[in-house]
Amino acid sequence: MINISDEEYFIGHKACAGCGGSIAVRLALKVLGARSLVAVPAGCISAVSFIYPQMAFNVNSIISTFAGTASMLSGMAAGAKALGLSDYHVVGFAGDGGTVDIGIQALSGAIDRHEKIIYICYDNEGYMNTGVQQSGATPKSAKTTTTPVGSNMRGSATGKKNMFEIVAANGIDYAATASIGYPEDYLNKVSRAASVNGTSYIHVLSPCPTGWGFNERECIQLAREAVDSGLWALAEYSNGEFALSRKPTAFKPVKEYLARQSRFKHLEATEISAAEAERDAYWERIRKNWKVKGDGHVKI
Amino acid sequence: MSGANNKRFISGNEAVAEGVRLARPHVISAYPITPQTTVVERLADMVADGSLKTEFMYVESEHSALSALIGASAMGARTFTATSSQGLLYMAECLHYASGGRFPIVMMNANRSVALPWNILGDQRDSLSLLDSGWIQAYAADAQEALDFTIQAFAIAEHSDVLTPFMVNLDGFVLTHTYEAVSLPSQEDVDKFLPKFVTANKLDLDSPKSLGFTAGAGDNTEFKYLQHKAMQSAPGVINETELRFNSIFKRERRGLLESYLADDAEYIIITLGSVAGTVKTVVDALRAQGIKAGLVRLRYIRPFPAKEIAQICENAKAIGVLEKDISFGYEGTVYTNVKSALFDAGIIKPSHNFVAGLGGRDIPREDIFKIFNILSTRGDREEKVHFVGLKQK
Amino acid sequence: MPRPEIQKYKQHADVSDYPKGTVAPAGYLVTDSSGWRSERPALDINLCKGCFRCYLFCPDASIEKLGKKVGIDLRFCKGCGICSVECKFGAIKMVKENI
Repeated sequence: MINISDEEYFIGHKACAGCGGSIAVRLALKVLGARSLVAVPAGCISAVSFIYPQMAFNVNSIISTFAGTASMLSGMAAGAKALGLSDYHVVGFAGDGGTVDIGIQALSGAIDRHEKIIYICYDNEGYMNTGVQQSGATPKSAKTTTTPVGSNMRGSATGKKNMFEIVAANGIDYAATASIGYPEDYLNKVSRAASVNGTSYIHVLSPCPTGWGFNERECIQLAREAVDSGLWALAEYSNGEFALSRKPTAFKPVKEYLARQSRFKHLEATEISAAEAERDAYWERIRKNWKVKGDGHVKI
Repeated sequence: MSGANNKRFISGNEAVAEGVRLARPHVISAYPITPQTTVVERLADMVADGSLKTEFMYVESEHSALSALIGASAMGARTFTATSSQGLLYMAECLHYASGGRFPIVMMNANRSVALPWNILGDQRDSLSLLDSGWIQAYAADAQEALDFTIQAFAIAEHSDVLTPFMVNLDGFVLTHTYEAVSLPSQEDVDKFLPKFVTANKLDLDSPKSLGFTAGAGDNTEFKYLQHKAMQSAPGVINETELRFNSIFKRERRGLLESYLADDAEYIIITLGSVAGTVKTVVDALRAQGIKAGLVRLRYIRPFPAKEIAQICENAKAIGVLEKDISFGYEGTVYTNVKSALFDAGIIKPSHNFVAGLGGRDIPREDIFKIFNILSTRGDREEKVHFVGLKQK
Repeated sequence: MPRPEIQKYKQHADVSDYPKGTVAPAGYLVTDSSGWRSERPALDINLCKGCFRCYLFCPDASIEKLGKKVGIDLRFCKGCGICSVECKFGAIKMVKENI
């Protein structure tokens, strides 16, 4: 089990009760420590942690422009280097909207430059801070306030952008997918990201009770079930190689995971089967092409 | 060699690059846009040959160029970037971010027309449309002033009473790409002039801070008021900086504005940027004919030299504001600012607004003669806003 | 110090009390979130095995390590109940808050 700090670097924020994103941030900072230089764009985490004078980040932190988190992080890294500082981590915590949509251009540039930054995307599958609107990471069929359910629309018509493979194709030095439902795996990946001499990206699934429609106490259970049902794969990427973090033999039924969330309560049997088929096709592809960590052949 | 001024035949853009090199910024971000490109190209040459030691960032957009500098400035680094028109507007939210965050970033802007229609030539619509973004805005008349403004910008912006980002404007092509003999200060003298950048407004590993936060209805006004006060303190800091600069580098120019034969002038043109050079020659020609013409060149638009303008225009018969922009449906922005200054001083004079040079259209001497003619013959006519040289049958 | 104290804060009376720039001390807390909850976690210390899962999963850092067991810091607890679900030993039950 990885050693993490007992210090609380993220406390006193105004996030919803049971907020998955806040768990992702709190845990990552216990790995990265007191000498973290944090940037957070517009979104849930910044909106709830920087309300003058209440500052819930107990480390150096700054709100970044919405589209510019990765460029702000790049600038912080350049400034720290130019000023001769040592022993620090430059880390960003951006939501899915701020990453896969408005922030993708700056992220691509930072990866291209191999900036020495850690970019953590806490994915709650929508623009939650502004009231649960659809983002590029909203899964297919999810009800959001801009993709409601009616005779002409059945929730989101598009699926999740595959950010993990996008950053890999961009040439990232290290990337990983994670879930707060598997905290040890997440913490290990944060630790690995911290040691990379280049850009690292972690995409951590962070369920949102308010936006997904479930009882807040089930947050961690849902984060686990997303992985156990095969809808969210835990993996890593480095140097052209993908590696699954675990080798699931059987998946829990997708239907059970979806039934716990009111954003999917309108789903018909055909739509659920379609989701399962998509899951199966995805796993067929990645099982064929990706190794499994721990089987002795993986360099990551 | 201390006090020695090396003369080099360089363009306005190259002069800015030399000024940046001498100011030793820690971080520079670069995204190309005509007609700024030779600034960042020249800076890249300097990095390549080792004459400029800096963290040179090749960002993927102008919004990132300024976001990156905000991050670097938040670490306590001295920072510089350059842009123009579309790029300036792409980073527009970052301008407010930088000024509200009180980050003393220095940015050169190559004044260029803003689409649509597309036009890469010089006018002033880009920077003048962002007067309210909280940046100090200076407008260079020639390459020497471009270099001098660049060096002074860091000193003024970083001053603890100011802590406001600074935009140095050069007319696209007519100043960015034209060549003149420029005195290059020595590194030693610039090091003497420019103090190290020290600020409490930064992330600090020894004493962690939170920056760039939210201020609600109960606090927001106070933050904005302090920004306003800082801009109001800028003239004093500019004055003291210029006096120090001029004594070390043997220069003469100072003040938020420069006037030429305006004290006893009956007809005054107020303008900004390099066109002032042309206006000056017309003023000389008219004076030779016995017409009391005068010129006021605004070196700074923010802070705005309201009192100085009022003082100079007090006894004029008519005032014309010549600018390369228009606030559609009304009048030019500089004209609005000038009239406000005159009104506050109780000076009501016949005045006209001359919108010229849009999309890089040349402003020949003949047009300036026509402008003075309008001032001296048409008095306080209803038609105040003139699109100079408009094709009309 | 592992967790920040709540500061006594008086609203600024004059504009000159404000900082030059949007800069403030990190980890400076002036209010708590205890008023948010309608339920609170009740810990049976005898059932606590010191696995620290509750500590790990709390979104609001409201569970602290006290030696080999845990304690609850109610200042920022919003009563989400994650701790009660994730404890495998039934050591935490949610009870109605006194409103």
